[in-house]
Amino acid sequence: MTDNKELNSPGYAIPDDLQHAVSITTLDRLYNWGRRWSVWPMMFGLACCAIEMIAAQAARYDLARFGMEVMRPSPRQSDLMIVAGTVTKKMIPAIVRLYNQMPEPKYVVAMGACASGGGPFKEGYNVVAGVDKFVPVDVYIPGCPPTPQALTAGLMKLQEKIDKQSIRKVRWYQKGSDSALIPIPVLGPDLMDPRRYAEIKQLAAQKPAEKATEAKE
Amino acid sequence: MATLVSEMVDLASRFPGVVSADTRPGYSGWMVNKDNLVEVATALRDEFGFELLSNVCGVDYFPDKMEVVYEAYRTTGGPGLRFKVQVARLDPMEVPSVTPVWPGAEFQEREIWDLYGIRFTNHPDLRRILMWEGFAGHPLRKDWHEPFYEEDNKPLDSRWPRGKYASAEEKNIYKDNLQFPQNFDPQEVRIDGEAPLYDTLQKYTTIDAGIKTDRVIVNMGPQHPSTHGVFRAAVVLDGETIVSLKPVMGYLHRNHEKIGERNTFLQNMPYTDRLDYFNSMSNNWGYSLAVEKLMNIKVPERAEYLRVIMAELSRIQNHLILIGMLLNDLGAFFTPALYAFEERELILDIFEAASGARMMCNYHRFGGVSRDLPAGVLEKIKGLVDERLPRKADEFDRFLSENEVLLARLKGVKVIDADDAVRYSITGPVLRASGVPYDVRRAQPYGIYDRFDFDVALRHNGDLYDNYLIRLDEIRQSIRIVQQAVKQIPEGPINSQKPAYQVRVPAGEAYGRIEAPKGELGFYVVSTGKPNPWRYHVRAPSFVNITALEKMCVGTKIADFVAILGVIDIVLGELDR
Repeated sequence: MTDNKELNSPGYAIPDDLQHAVSITTLDRLYNWGRRWSVWPMMFGLACCAIEMIAAQAARYDLARFGMEVMRPSPRQSDLMIVAGTVTKKMIPAIVRLYNQMPEPKYVVAMGACASGGGPFKEGYNVVAGVDKFVPVDVYIPGCPPTPQALTAGLMKLQEKIDKQSIRKVRWYQKGSDSALIPIPVLGPDLMDPRRYAEIKQLAAQKPAEKATEAKE
Repeated sequence: MATLVSEMVDLASRFPGVVSADTRPGYSGWMVNKDNLVEVATALRDEFGFELLSNVCGVDYFPDKMEVVYEAYRTTGGPGLRFKVQVARLDPMEVPSVTPVWPGAEFQEREIWDLYGIRFTNHPDLRRILMWEGFAGHPLRKDWHEPFYEEDNKPLDSRWPRGKYASAEEKNIYKDNLQFPQNFDPQEVRIDGEAPLYDTLQKYTTIDAGIKTDRVIVNMGPQHPSTHGVFRAAVVLDGETIVSLKPVMGYLHRNHEKIGERNTFLQNMPYTDRLDYFNSMSNNWGYSLAVEKLMNIKVPERAEYLRVIMAELSRIQNHLILIGMLLNDLGAFFTPALYAFEERELILDIFEAASGARMMCNYHRFGGVSRDLPAGVLEKIKGLVDERLPRKADEFDRFLSENEVLLARLKGVKVIDADDAVRYSITGPVLRASGVPYDVRRAQPYGIYDRFDFDVALRHNGDLYDNYLIRLDEIRQSIRIVQQAVKQIPEGPINSQKPAYQVRVPAGEAYGRIEAPKGELGFYVVSTGKPNPWRYHVRAPSFVNITALEKMCVGTKIADFVAILGVIDIVLGELDR
């Protein structure tokens, strides 16, 4: 937790007459302090969890205390994608596209059992068993759906993660790193990840008999 | 409930040789000869008065037959009429479409085509609806297995082989929820899943008036702040006016019905919570009603009262949120919604005290409810319905109903008139706002609704403003019901059955329907006597009500589309299932 006291990093003696007028801190701390208290989530709900996300924004739980009340419907203006609900095969191309459209620095929170690993619907033929198969996830929040308190706790974990980042090392200030777009999945006879085309072709060429024995083991 | 002689329908003598009674044990209704379906359907609508086609669903009687089941009702109330069509289970399977008779069947038939592969001849727009074009197979067929398929029935015994955890991924050769045809090469396949959609819209985009004019296709959603979830509409616009509109759905299709066939009967209860996730208490009721019909068991008094209290509280918070979110869509950014959420939290506290969960209550059991109310909760409910909620309903009324902006946006913007609403199978507040006093709680009372003194909320203009006002009316009526229920509730047992993980459900079929906050919620359940249902179909009000969306929106402005969608009150968990 960086409150204002911690923002001052001692080590440099501030003369008594300049106390409360001058602060000395590191650039990282100041930068992260600003970022952690103004994480703007994307207004983006998939299923049941989205309702608890709205409840967390509402008066009783009041995410505004964390500077996170400004929900943006556009990915271009958001820092955080809260994947709130079941990710389906039909929806994942849109989710990856939205993620690609978000500017750095960006974070992803997988809210609830479905977004984390498929949840109660994992076996469904149209369900992606966890959004982390396609986009990198920073924080997983368990629950079905997680209560607003759980969501808040997850977002506080995200703040801790932000605190530990350093301007010198973060990926979005590295040379040549900003074009790392995730290839958008394609809907064919089933969901096709362009990164796995060769693998799918090779596995699909196996004889069905082999599949059966493999399944038995 | 006793059936009046005038309500009884003898289709077999009206259509000799064409219609016969369904005599399978546990089944009821009529078997209609496939070729005469449209003739019989027209007669049912025009001669017998079954104007409202409520439910259409498919059943796969593997390995020989496929069946399409229809439920029709009279808008004046009374029991429904079930009729069925069977086709041999050999592709191509064809059934005549009843969409020309009841336009409300359009999307439900598309769903059956998508999930069962039964073609409906003479259907105006037969495309896949939940899955995408190009998806391999028709997933609800009994011989179609999902990639993570393990066994036909749960509980599965293979999750912990020899005490070790095995994840479903390890059993699939792609190590994921995937399956592809033999020798499939992804790079060679080019499926344009969007093409059939745009083909149906193309005819609206050209104007032959001698002047070079373009109409544009705008896609709203699946990520859009006013589509209430991952709903998408492809809209053809002439300036700001909507020329045509096609809803695109399935972005939250999470396979309730396929999963439900492998679950045991009781395992489906928590899944119903996740249909209309605002109203898990009502969803539970629809499902337990259907299974209790099959099991032929009674529910104790106290449990009946608890069900009513919870369902009506659920309706109150649903309508409050609807009003808040509608204002949100109209541009009053979040202030009314915050007022609504404040009250909702208080109602969720009651749910949490009763069931242990705020949203996913999983409260009902076959034959009663899972837990009794903890001490002090009944007093809390009393306080809410006697004082706070009536005051808050008045407050919403005072702040909003005469608001100039709201009047300008809502008044006189037509949603749908009474005749069309019935033709399109619309149920719930949208139907009542257009002047049809049809409420399942009165039309065919379930539970103990015949004991309460309440009015069916009714408005007559069928515009957006009436659709808004009727929500306030219904909140007030629900408050009345809960006020009576908390006074009358007796002490006693809360379940007539012993708690059990598995229940014995005799073979047969049952359709349980309730008046959910969004319309008629029905569950069609087929049992073969095994621990798992053979068929578990949800007649979701959001899904059926959206059938008329194009009808409602054509000719209005694009900004009104958002408001119309707001008052239809869709929720995606139920729309896509």
